Formats: sequence, C-alpha cells, structure tokens
Amino acid sequence: MKFMLIQNYESTETTNEPLTKWAPEDAKAHIDFQIRLNEELSERGELVEAQALTGPELAKIVVHDGEGTPVVTDGPFPEAKELLAGYRIVDVESPERAVEIAAETSAAPGPNGVPLRQRIEVREIMGTPGSDA
Amino acid sequence: MSRRPAIEDLLREAAPQVLGAVVRRFGDFADSEDAVQEAMLEAARSWPARGTPDNPVGWLIHVASRRMTDRMRSEGARRRREELAAAQEPPEAEPAPGHDDSLVLMFMCCHPQLTPASAIALTLRAVGGLTTGEIAAAFMVPESTMAQRISRAKQAIKGSDVPFAMPGRREWAERLRSVLHVLYLIFNEGYVTSGGSELARGELSAEAIRLTRAVRTALPGDPEVAGLLALMLLTEARRPARTGERGELIPLEEQDRALWNRDLIVEGTELITEAVARGAVGEYQVQAAIAAVHDRAARVEDTDWREIVAWYDLLERMTDNPMVALSRAIAVAMVDGPEAGLRLLEELDEPLAGHHRLHAVRAHLLERAGRGDEAVGEYETAAARTTSVPEQHYLTTQAARLNDRRG
Repeated sequence: MKFMLIQNYESTETTNEPLTKWAPEDAKAHIDFQIRLNEELSERGELVEAQALTGPELAKIVVHDGEGTPVVTDGPFPEAKELLAGYRIVDVESPERAVEIAAETSAAPGPNGVPLRQRIEVREIMGTPGSDA
Repeated sequence: MSRRPAIEDLLREAAPQVLGAVVRRFGDFADSEDAVQEAMLEAARSWPARGTPDNPVGWLIHVASRRMTDRMRSEGARRRREELAAAQEPPEAEPAPGHDDSLVLMFMCCHPQLTPASAIALTLRAVGGLTTGEIAAAFMVPESTMAQRISRAKQAIKGSDVPFAMPGRREWAERLRSVLHVLYLIFNEGYVTSGGSELARGELSAEAIRLTRAVRTALPGDPEVAGLLALMLLTEARRPARTGERGELIPLEEQDRALWNRDLIVEGTELITEAVARGAVGEYQVQAAIAAVHDRAARVEDTDWREIVAWYDLLERMTDNPMVALSRAIAVAMVDGPEAGLRLLEELDEPLAGHHRLHAVRAHLLERAGRGDEAVGEYETAAARTTSVPEQHYLTTQAARLNDRRG
C-alpha cells in the first residue's frame, strides 16, 4: 500500500525560523538527515518518490472561468503556511509502517539538534481495493 | 520493452530450470539468482540479433555459471574458500526436470518469514523470470526500490537457512499455503488494482496463472492447487466485461456476459468439478465453486443463489474472515430478500467497522428494499472510505443518483 507523507510550510512546535536562518551546522545536520532518510527508505525497498517544492515566493495561483484571461496571482500569499513544502511517497506493508516513517520524519533535527516535531500528514494513495473473499 | 515476445516467453519458461541448475551447482541462492538474471538480460540483448541457440536452457546455465565463476574469482580469499567448498558438491550433468525446480524455488521465494510484498517480487523474478524493471513497472515503484526489495528478500532467505529442497512433511501444508497465498495475491494485484496500465495489470494476472499452472503440473493431485487455478481462470474469464471504456467498474450483475471468455470458463469449471469430487474441500475450491455458479449463468437472473448460499455456508465454517460473512449476506438477500440480508449485516458492524464494503453492501440492500433515503448516506460513507478510484467513482455516482431522485 502506498502513502503520501506531506509536509507544509507552517512553523513547527520548536521553531518558526526558515532553514536559512539556522546555524550552518544545524542546517547541514537537517539536510543530511533528509538525505539519509531517503537512502534508508530506498534500501528497505519502500521509497517510491521524495520531492521538495520550490518556495511560496515562486508559487502562482491560477483561477479561470473557462472564458477570457485566467487570473494569475503571484506568491507569496498570506496563507503560505498551508502550502505544500514537499512530500514522500512510500510503498509499505501496513498503515502502521507509514505512521512510523512519518514519526521519523517529524523528528528531523532542528536548531541545536532539537527534534522539530513537524506536522506530517499521512494520506493513503488510492489503489488496491484489497483482497477479499 | 525491447524483448520480442517469443524470446520473452522462452526466457520466462526457462528461468526456474536454469536457476535450479545453477543453485544446485553453486549453492548460493542469492548470488545464483543474480547470475541467472544477468544471463537472461544478456540473452534478451544477443538472441534477437544472433538467433536463439539450439539449447536455450543450456546456454543460459552456461552463461550464468560463468558469471558465478567470475564472481568467485574476483572476491576475497575467505569468500573464495567458502564458495569452492560449495562448488565441490557433485555437479548436475543435466538440469533436473523443470517443474520440480519451479516448485522448490516457489517454496523458497514464498517462505513464510518473508513479507508478502517481498515474496511477490522475488517469486516474479526468480520463478517467473521477469526483469526487475518489469516488476517495478507493474507495481509502480522505481526500479532501484524494487531491486532493494528483492535483494533484502534474498538476504532474509540466506539468514533463515532455508535449504534448497522441498519442505518436509511436517511443514508441508503451511509452506504450500504460503505459496498459494502469494500466487493469489499476484493474481489479485493484477485483477483489482486500478493504477498502472491495463497491459501491466493483465500481465500480472497472466503470470499468476502461468505459475499456478506450473505448481499444478508438479502437484497434480492437490485439490487446493486445482481450486486456486480454477478460481483464477473463472475470475479472469470476466475481465473483458468488468470495466467500461474508460476503466469504470461494471458490477457483476450489469456485465455483458457475451464478453466473458468461454474457454477459460470451461477449463475452470472442469477443474473445480473434478477437484471438489475428490473431497477435502478447501477455501480456494469453495471460492472457485462460487465463481463457477456465477459464470455458468447466461443471464444474471439465471444465477443459482441458493447454491451460492450453500457454498458460503461451507466457507463460513472454514474461516472467520468477516468478508466471507459479508458476501454470504449478499447471497442470502438474493434468495430471501434485502431485509434478510440487512439483518445479517448487523452482526458485521463490529468486525468490519468503517470498512467501505460493509457500507456499500448496506447501501445496495437498503436501496433494493425501497429505503433510498437511508441508502444515500451509506453510499456516501462507502465512497469516502474506499481506497480505489473506480470504486469511488461508482459509489459517488450511486449516491448522486439517489440524491437527485429525492430532489
């Protein structure tokens, strides 16, 4: 079963500073953690995809009524915290395993190595209806 | 895929025989399996241009053995001593009959210690002869991820010291059950999953049928093996009718039965009739028997629901799976009316709490009982909880239709 583990831009319980304002060694530790987690998931045969999105500054919101010119609004937006920052798609044996990976992701190291306790949304991807009798 | 179909078929057929011969000669299953995969890739590259050798199996064993020897040479002294000791086992002059190796390999790849996903991947590669890329595409994961999954499965087998041999009498039943379960899962993955191309899906089911045929050749007297094969054939027979042009689900009662595959129905029905007559009826046989009752009804109203209820009664005594009770409730509703079915569902509220199928079935029965107002909510709940896109489309459409009727 496949799950998408989603991270938004909202501040975490331990910091609201962006990575660029952290001490360099803390930022490096955080980035190394993300790379290591991807490697670990790949080695376990669970990683389908890991993507980070460009920041809210580059985001656009498009609205169209089907006629005329679409309305394009450039970012950043006041509601930027709700924007998708990145996601991982994992293929795992059970929902419990997806939660376990999400928990590991949530505890990524923040400033001074303190776990970030980031909010990770766990969403199952539509796919197999499951075997039944 | 650059392989030509004839060569592809030949390679897949040859895979277990080649792997069996190489494992028996060198001992190391994990490395032998890699060597055979490499030999098969080399065959897929060179045979189309140079022609298929007169003895394809011998060619593949030769190339895979050479890879093994190269590997041993290039590795360290300690490792080399180990490998040489293994190689001193008396080499087989001729490969053993293919079907025996298929079965031994299947028992290894479906070892109960492996997770289902690992066992499926390893079986498709080692016994089915599929490439890692083909398996990755069928399950929509990157090739590197699938390669790791297979490699980990082989390490787990190595760690558990499973011998390359048939399981003993004491563990036979449990080990065979694992094999049949993995084959069933492969078939199901190809049949019910909505993602991926229809081609890749159909191929998985076809592989499951091919591998189950191989098990049946090795164990012609086992009625559950026959039952599983019959179940697959009788289910596969309906594939052309079960989805619409854009992949939407068509329920059994609305399918165009003229599209069903007669040959598969005849073969599956013969198999299951013969298996059931032998006594010792197991779960796969009962499921196949139910599928046969559906398949022999030329029109949906010709379905013998009483016989289906009787089979479900038997199945319920064999398993505590609440999904069986749910299916039985549908059959009972066809015989004794929707209210009778609804009463049976009440007992399932606890074991199937929140399961979308319970809500979908209840919605259907409520509607048939003329209780459309209550059915809407059940359709909506089912649509919100399903994990399948075609099912969600179907359930949403049903809810919308009833809401519209209510005005």
